[in-house]
Amino acid sequence: MSQVHTSTIAVIDYGMGNLHSVAKALEHVADEHTQVIVTSDPAVIDAADRVLLPGVGAIRDCIGEMYSTGLVPSIQKAMREKPFLAICVGIQSLMSHSEENGGVDCLNHFQGNALFFGNDHKDHDGSKLKVPHMGWNQVKQSISHPLWQGIPDHARFYFVHSYYVVPSNQNEVAGTCDYGLEFCVALARDNVFAVQFHPEKSHKDGLQLYKNFIHWDGKP
Amino acid sequence: MGLAKRIIPCLDVDNGRVVKGVQFVDIRDAGDPVEVAKRYDEQGADEITFLDITASSDDRETTVHMVEAIAAQVFIPLTVGGGIRTCEDIRRMLNAGADKVGINTAAVFNPEFVREAAQRFGSQCIVVAIDAKKVSAEGEPDKWEIFTHGGRKPTGLDAVEWAKKMVDYGAGEILLTSMDRDGTKNGFDLGVTRAISEAVHVPVIASGGVGNLDHLVDGVTEGKADAVLAASIFHFGEYSIQQAKQRMADAGIEMRLP
Repeated sequence: MSQVHTSTIAVIDYGMGNLHSVAKALEHVADEHTQVIVTSDPAVIDAADRVLLPGVGAIRDCIGEMYSTGLVPSIQKAMREKPFLAICVGIQSLMSHSEENGGVDCLNHFQGNALFFGNDHKDHDGSKLKVPHMGWNQVKQSISHPLWQGIPDHARFYFVHSYYVVPSNQNEVAGTCDYGLEFCVALARDNVFAVQFHPEKSHKDGLQLYKNFIHWDGKP
Repeated sequence: MGLAKRIIPCLDVDNGRVVKGVQFVDIRDAGDPVEVAKRYDEQGADEITFLDITASSDDRETTVHMVEAIAAQVFIPLTVGGGIRTCEDIRRMLNAGADKVGINTAAVFNPEFVREAAQRFGSQCIVVAIDAKKVSAEGEPDKWEIFTHGGRKPTGLDAVEWAKKMVDYGAGEILLTSMDRDGTKNGFDLGVTRAISEAVHVPVIASGGVGNLDHLVDGVTEGKADAVLAASIFHFGEYSIQQAKQRMADAGIEMRLP
């Protein structure tokens, strides 16, 4: 009897809700040999072939839950070893620090900070811009990367956030967006990729990014 | 180039079916919510709003399953409103696959609920729905008031002040419905849309009264809305989402086109 190899993707559940749509989108593009597991079990994360770190809500709660659930060592281990994708507040949690909630130290995988757009954020022409940055904006691909494969440059993705990441190392920027200022919306280093937008809410281009992740070997 | 304005088809759901009434009466059947949502997703809708208009506790379970079914097949943002009264209601909807929840009447009776919900789930998923009616007479300065119970009960609250307060309490978006216009096909109330959009820093969705595609354009250009919501012009096949987007793009509005 031959055994079919099953590849697993662990979607990390650290109690911040709304993992349904992430898991459904992954399942929608996964083939029969790929299993999507929403989990808060470090052993399952350690054993998974790929790991996705979602993020919803405020950063203090996110980081707090990651520590209180004891998942930080598994997250850090996964970031050293296997294809790893962080989304939305997930990207912010990988920075050194966020100015949200009065200032929160984050996981420091990428050096740099998450900053607030501000409540009087302005466009280049001085007109008022709404915060949160909510809706479909164009993503300029700064580098070619396996996760951008099949996605047109300047494709629109769905965003909803009030804080944006400013990495110290420009070489790690994989994509940018313009909203009053040009800011980083995707970071890449080795086997880790992180995006500010929501691929699971970004229709066919978002699903393509998830499909790319499922097939990614973790090499840049 | 930058952020696109959004078109949001709205599904008013009663007893498991999409319906649309004129000023909340005279209900017409417009199909199965999951099928309708899929159709709009394929047509390029930027987001879908699902309003549970019966919202009795018996139907709550049905709504949760419907949200799950839509979220499993539609990969654009989904807002669920109608009868959201507690953090537990919000948690269930988010876990079922909603990205945002709309809070309406509960915010009027208990504004602290909005603060609590925003603190717990983040402002990004808290939409405060405002039903406003013009109460100033001809010749007086414009004034709009908040109404509840489908536009039947006045609250004495000034609509613009209320919107500002809700944003201070943590609302991440305002869904503004003109009760005078809802279902009339005479176009948005551009006055209240603009007044609120200019008064708050969060996105404002204009709703109530869309009868043709120029009304959508006006909502953005004159009403300064960040998104426009419509139901019946899409449900009954008068216009497709693509046609609406193309018309708005032709008018110089930045849109997400296929």
